[in-house]
Amino acid sequence: MSEGNFTLDGEDIPFQEGQTIMQAAMAAGKYIPHLCYHPEFKPHGSCKLCTVRVNGRATASCTQRAASGAVVESNTHAINDERRALLQMLFVEGNHFCPSCEKSGNCQLQATAYELGMMSPHYDHFFPNRPVDASHPEYLLDFNRCILCSLCIRASRDVDGKNVFALSGRGIKTRLIVNAKSGRLADTNFSEADKAAHVCPVGVILKKRKGFAQPIGGRTFDLNPISATPHPTIKEG
Amino acid sequence: MIENLETANNPEKLRRVAIDPISRVEGHGKVTILLDEQNKVHQVRLHIVEFRGFEKFIQGRPYWEVPVMVQRLCGICPVSHHLAASKAMDIIVGARHLTPTAEKLRRLMHYGQILQSHALHFFHLSSPDLLFGFDSDVSQRNIVGVAAKYPEVAKKGVLLRKFGQEIIRHTAGKRVHGTGSVPGGVNKSLTVAERDALLKDIYQIVAWSREAVAMVKDLHNQNPGLYNSFGTFRANMMSIVGNEGGLDLYHGKLRGRDENGKLLFDGVDYQGYSDLIAEAVKPWSYMKFPYLKSLGEKQGWYRVGPLARVQNCDFIPTPLAEIERREFVDYCGGTPMHAPLGYHWTRMIEMLFAAEMIKDLLHDDDLLGSDLMVTGPRELEGVGVIEAPRGTLIHHYRVDEDDLVTMCNLIVSTTHNNQAMNEAVRHVAKRYLNGRELTEGLLNHIEVAVRAYDPCLSCATHALGKMPLEVELLDAEGMLLDRMTRGSDESTSGCRIT
Repeated sequence: MSEGNFTLDGEDIPFQEGQTIMQAAMAAGKYIPHLCYHPEFKPHGSCKLCTVRVNGRATASCTQRAASGAVVESNTHAINDERRALLQMLFVEGNHFCPSCEKSGNCQLQATAYELGMMSPHYDHFFPNRPVDASHPEYLLDFNRCILCSLCIRASRDVDGKNVFALSGRGIKTRLIVNAKSGRLADTNFSEADKAAHVCPVGVILKKRKGFAQPIGGRTFDLNPISATPHPTIKEG
Repeated sequence: MIENLETANNPEKLRRVAIDPISRVEGHGKVTILLDEQNKVHQVRLHIVEFRGFEKFIQGRPYWEVPVMVQRLCGICPVSHHLAASKAMDIIVGARHLTPTAEKLRRLMHYGQILQSHALHFFHLSSPDLLFGFDSDVSQRNIVGVAAKYPEVAKKGVLLRKFGQEIIRHTAGKRVHGTGSVPGGVNKSLTVAERDALLKDIYQIVAWSREAVAMVKDLHNQNPGLYNSFGTFRANMMSIVGNEGGLDLYHGKLRGRDENGKLLFDGVDYQGYSDLIAEAVKPWSYMKFPYLKSLGEKQGWYRVGPLARVQNCDFIPTPLAEIERREFVDYCGGTPMHAPLGYHWTRMIEMLFAAEMIKDLLHDDDLLGSDLMVTGPRELEGVGVIEAPRGTLIHHYRVDEDDLVTMCNLIVSTTHNNQAMNEAVRHVAKRYLNGRELTEGLLNHIEVAVRAYDPCLSCATHALGKMPLEVELLDAEGMLLDRMTRGSDESTSGCRIT
């Protein structure tokens, strides 16, 4: 397998043929902000938070294959400004109330916002009306916090072989749905053993009756910033 | 009850003075006064003009989120809401008896809250009035003025509050809006290092709390004419009391006394509070007026908080606070004290009680335990009651089988005291404002009465000391006659329009 090098913010990063810029950067211990990317799944390229400049052109680092000699810029003032704007749009499109959210401290959206120094939502809130689905005896779906990363869809389809989740609608009306006639999680074969039960980077798919069992100070991102632990194993309760 | 001052007969012929918002009181409160041409007072009302809506938007949320969400009602006493909601949710998850570690950690958190809130209430918000005089120079009448003239008093007030906040931080994870209490128990115990850090300071805290009681006692003794009569009216009182009738601010049964101290009810399980209390609505305030059903709306209103609690209990189960309670009872001559300024005295007795309770708890190794949670048979409805710094706090929820909240009813301390605070401002207005040209100092008398009860009118969070005050005089046609404003720096300016 052939190898090569590219530079990321001026540092040499080695890669193997077939690796994306994101994969090579992570293997080298370099953090590129992202939300829809997960090393165990095929890249989706939808959140655009991992956008970098390769030889001056903007591209998603989770889908762009590394090329020898490429000059990649990531941690620049201009790129981080754009990432903050994307984060702000994600916050205002949903209902993200960190103060009373049980995923607070374990949430990758919140941790990324801290990492990038997002100080306010900036844009007007949409305040969408998204009722929660509490029909399943063990799991709660709080759609208010969905960022449409599709990780649960990929996990359920590609790992669990179940297709419990899907995206429906187009454009700004895109939303996460449950593949059941009733639209309720209770009417699917979703279970705690599913990979999809454990990949949500925000607070949509939640184990019931476990919220706030972890004390402040012991939560994942209380201990390390997301740049140090981009894909931690989050303990539930 | 000064009924004739609640609603004037011919309000259209009177001019209106508004204290809006009330300063050194958190939340949006307003007092309106209607005067005739001779400045005679015809109507006085304390309005709560803020609408929060927590009871509605908690519906449809999972029950385990509630103790963390509802505490956002308040930035001064969030722990009280956190714990009252947790106690209600204990019933929902079938945890009727917590583990000793969980129960004691919650008590520690609560007494830390009582300590910090009582210190804030007395030293930061009320002591400027008491030390300098109600109508003293407004530029001095604040905590910064206290720090300049009585630096030791201010310093102790600040450090007492800080210690209470440290207790909260170690038990809830944060000084404000933590997550320590969860349905069925707590999510952490104390480490040895945390316990020892608190133990290091607690004896000084007890000593300073004793000094605080002595200070407020001295104020009463130096000017009994003022302290015993200012805004005074007779009222029923209600609180929870603990085992055998002792003062207990975390758990107990409901007890009520009439204005003479005679028991109205005792040993009432608060799960049935709705059989005891009803709430009346008046068109001029967002805040309801609770009353005892057995006595009816006119006679059944009552006061809650330190003045009610210290006189409602049979004893205080810590030695130093019990000595102070007895001295207070002796001072009152065996009959209940009804003076609003007595709230400060009893508040400081409670602060001493909280300090002693913290000291005792810190010597209990159960705080270091690891058995934190219990559950039992699931239930669909639960009530949690706690004695918050300002008084009895009731949280009532129904939760469906899918774990979502379907109903929420909150009766906060301020609401229990609504009629009492209205009575207090009416008495003060009648005694001090009647027939006199209004000044900022005179209007501050009204605020002193409100602050004696509550520095936190709607459980809202606002920056301390940043409240501007604007008073307007209007004639019968609504024409602006006079305006007086106080900026956020408490500087005063006036402009005579006509």
